[in-house]
Amino acid sequence: MGIFLIKSHTMSQSILQQSRQHLLEPAGISETQLDQVFSHLQGADLADLYFQSTRFESWMLEEGIIKNGSYSIEQGVGVRMVVGEQTGFAYSDEITLDSLTASAKAAAAIGKSGQTGKVKAWQAREQTNLNSFYGVDNPLASMTEDEKIALLNLADKEARAASPYVQQVIANIAGVHEHILVADNEGNLSADIRPLVRMNITVIVEKDGKRETAGTGGGGRFGFDYFTQADRIRNYANEAVRQALVNLDAVAAPAGSQTVVLGSGWPGVLLHEAVGHGLEGDFNRKGTSAFSGRIGEKVAAKGVTVVDDGTLENRRGSLSIDDEGTPTNCTTLIEDGILKGYMQDKLNARLMGEQSTGNGRRESYSHLPMPRMTNTYMLAGELDPEEIIASVDNGLYAVNFGGGQVDITSGKFVFSASEAYLIENGKVTRPVKGATLIGNGPDVLTRVSMIGNDLALDKGVGMCGKAGQSVPVGVGQPTMKIDGLTVGGTEVQA
Amino acid sequence: MDAMDIRQTENELREVSERVLKLAKKYGASAADVSLNKGTGLSVEIHNGSVDKLEYNRDQGLSLSVYMQGKSGGIAGLKTGSATSSDLSPQAIEDTVRAACNIAKFTGEDQYAGLADAELMATEVVDLDLYHPWDLQAERAIEIATECEQLALDFDERIINSDGAGINTYSGISVIANTHGFTGVIPSSRHSISCSVIAQDPNANNKEGMQRDYWYSNSRLSEKLESAQAVGKKAAERALKRINSQQLGTRQANVLYSPEMARSLIGHFNSAISGSSQYRQSTFLLDCVDQQVFPEFIRLHEQPHIPQAFGSCCFDKEGVATKNRDIVADGIVQNYIMSSYSARQLGLQTTANSGGTHNLTLDSTGQNFAELLAMLDTGLLVTELIGSGINGMTGDYSRGAAGFWVENGEIQYPVEEITIAGNLKEMFKQIVAVGNDVDYRSGTRTGSILIEGMTIAGS
Repeated sequence: MGIFLIKSHTMSQSILQQSRQHLLEPAGISETQLDQVFSHLQGADLADLYFQSTRFESWMLEEGIIKNGSYSIEQGVGVRMVVGEQTGFAYSDEITLDSLTASAKAAAAIGKSGQTGKVKAWQAREQTNLNSFYGVDNPLASMTEDEKIALLNLADKEARAASPYVQQVIANIAGVHEHILVADNEGNLSADIRPLVRMNITVIVEKDGKRETAGTGGGGRFGFDYFTQADRIRNYANEAVRQALVNLDAVAAPAGSQTVVLGSGWPGVLLHEAVGHGLEGDFNRKGTSAFSGRIGEKVAAKGVTVVDDGTLENRRGSLSIDDEGTPTNCTTLIEDGILKGYMQDKLNARLMGEQSTGNGRRESYSHLPMPRMTNTYMLAGELDPEEIIASVDNGLYAVNFGGGQVDITSGKFVFSASEAYLIENGKVTRPVKGATLIGNGPDVLTRVSMIGNDLALDKGVGMCGKAGQSVPVGVGQPTMKIDGLTVGGTEVQA
Repeated sequence: MDAMDIRQTENELREVSERVLKLAKKYGASAADVSLNKGTGLSVEIHNGSVDKLEYNRDQGLSLSVYMQGKSGGIAGLKTGSATSSDLSPQAIEDTVRAACNIAKFTGEDQYAGLADAELMATEVVDLDLYHPWDLQAERAIEIATECEQLALDFDERIINSDGAGINTYSGISVIANTHGFTGVIPSSRHSISCSVIAQDPNANNKEGMQRDYWYSNSRLSEKLESAQAVGKKAAERALKRINSQQLGTRQANVLYSPEMARSLIGHFNSAISGSSQYRQSTFLLDCVDQQVFPEFIRLHEQPHIPQAFGSCCFDKEGVATKNRDIVADGIVQNYIMSSYSARQLGLQTTANSGGTHNLTLDSTGQNFAELLAMLDTGLLVTELIGSGINGMTGDYSRGAAGFWVENGEIQYPVEEITIAGNLKEMFKQIVAVGNDVDYRSGTRTGSILIEGMTIAGS
């Protein structure tokens, strides 16, 4: 865990102050008026107002030209009322007392039958003594336009310098600065200011009439100056070109059950799909997950420990507080092979008699929160990765992946390798074409037979989709060996 | 949104579009295009007989692109900037236009950038009958969704849980305008009813072997939706059929894609012949016009003017008039799928596909589903695909699948935890038949597709 040392600074009064200035004061909304809004939400087991403002900016380079840039301004407020298992929700693109009141009345339609009639004055309890895992500075203002463009031009230059076979370079940068303020019916008033940047480089290479493509990138909760440090852009460019060139020589992937060694870092998308989604509280409360009712059971091999950790400094998936105002945690999902717990938001935690784990997230004010992952990873083991590869007579070594998907009810999940090699007699040999790997979430980790000492997190470009909502996430793992995973190649072995 | 409101909203959005274009010129743009939308909706989800979520949606948005002359005065091309906003207040509009124009100051001159040619703008706009708002109260929506779920839950004792039944209705209006003087208005509505349930063999231990499946119906007209009972029944039947799914052994086999899954194959073809993948040379079907990509009996065509259809529109996002056209005839590619930008890159003319295709239709070879099963004889019927294992550059295809194993034209048992793999270039050539069991629920219309010679990976 050495590389993820957390140096948390205390969230100062100023984050709440700044968010209030940014979100409430322009509309002249006072705390007395919030009290009025909550008076429409009487009888709620849980009610909250989620104020959000987002500034997004992106730039794109192609054919050596800065082709386009985009800027977006989004702001609004979502009002939610929960009675029992039932949620009423409405939102507005305007932050005004009128629109807030209208939304509250609409959301309160859910509570018609559940009115308790208890009237309690709403009084703010400012949540300020919280840890913060990133700075508050606006990444969009962290560089001038010319400096941002220079990042893309550098990416283009580095990628073209990396190989004479490079035909096309497409580079993007994007930055987000987000202010949120959550007021709940218990009076808690919490705020967060969230920076997020990323860069992606895609290259197309051509050699002897064959073409291939690959992309890499990185990012996190910083300013754009992150990309000027540690030769990052050159490394992304070299890595994209390397992957594309490797794939030019790829042979057909094997089809059928194989011993698979997964590399460290991004291949942790396995954990996200195979166990992560299935351990989200909503599916388990409703009994629709293949993991429902299995706390305390063995779902992975001894030595396998998986956590979801929103507290890693500056990580893409990290949050100081979730979108319900709950501080994030490092939640143990699987400990030494035993299923320990679920990821919870307030609603599902309450209905299951648990505490929120700080995993209540939403894409924006116009979406309802639900349990979502932050940074999901497996802790390191003790083995040298070389030793793990050397132990395999015949198998697949997969080091880079595209996306994945899971059916949480049947537990079947897939993730698609974009860079993989054959392992023959303990040695990594030929590259193979991309192939989808498929397995069963509740038992795939029981077949983990070796775990490396090289835990790494991904570079920070992951996006997770659930029920039509996208949120930024991170994944990670050490090198590990799985005895038997179905590889979806085309090469049927005799 | 009722009839009164829609007229008012249209006028409001028209005014905003004029303001935006005027401001764009004021801040230095030589050309600009804008799209605006506003709409309202209601969505209800039921879980095990009680309301899970009741959501009121109210969306609005502004999306703008500006084009500006650079040092060369336009000779070396135009500079582009874009901006979007969910706030349509005068101040936000001004900020958005300024943001787009500010960006354009820093982008490079691009000889392919700009609006589509003025003479291509749609002049005749016929009413495609896309707007039929549903005055649905929350209470009624809850009733319908509850009835739908109840039918599915009561259908068979092996239906052990619900994954939710829901009703969605949305209606709104969008306005597209540009500095050629084009303004297009599209009022539209969309309603749906859906149900998802979980089946399990009573003899299964614990949570092993739970299977979920769903069904939905959608339409621009609420009265054309399938009944709540029909949707609930289909969802239950589909989930039940999947109980006791098995993994297949690795093998070569012929594969029949159900209509819902077949649509994805057309999607892969679309990507491969899109103007952007052609000019970027990032496709396995590079320079494929006039080439035999499919067997001779394949025809794929666009029908943008079908009344009430999901892919219908008289003009694309650039205002270019849409028309019926063949994309593939006799198995031969006729033209790409292009916006004006990608068309200029390729030295061709736009095909009015900025923003996508319009009712793309794969003509049937005449067989119904039963006849296709008989033609498949022994092989795999695919009813679900997961993951995105497609390499657009090489056509290599590998996806997770579930469905049914078929022998002698008869379904034998459900299968899961398998992949199907091949290369799209070969798969397109190995299409044997296209069913007449067309799925009309999206802007891409096809029946089942039978393909020979794919690889199934399993145990």
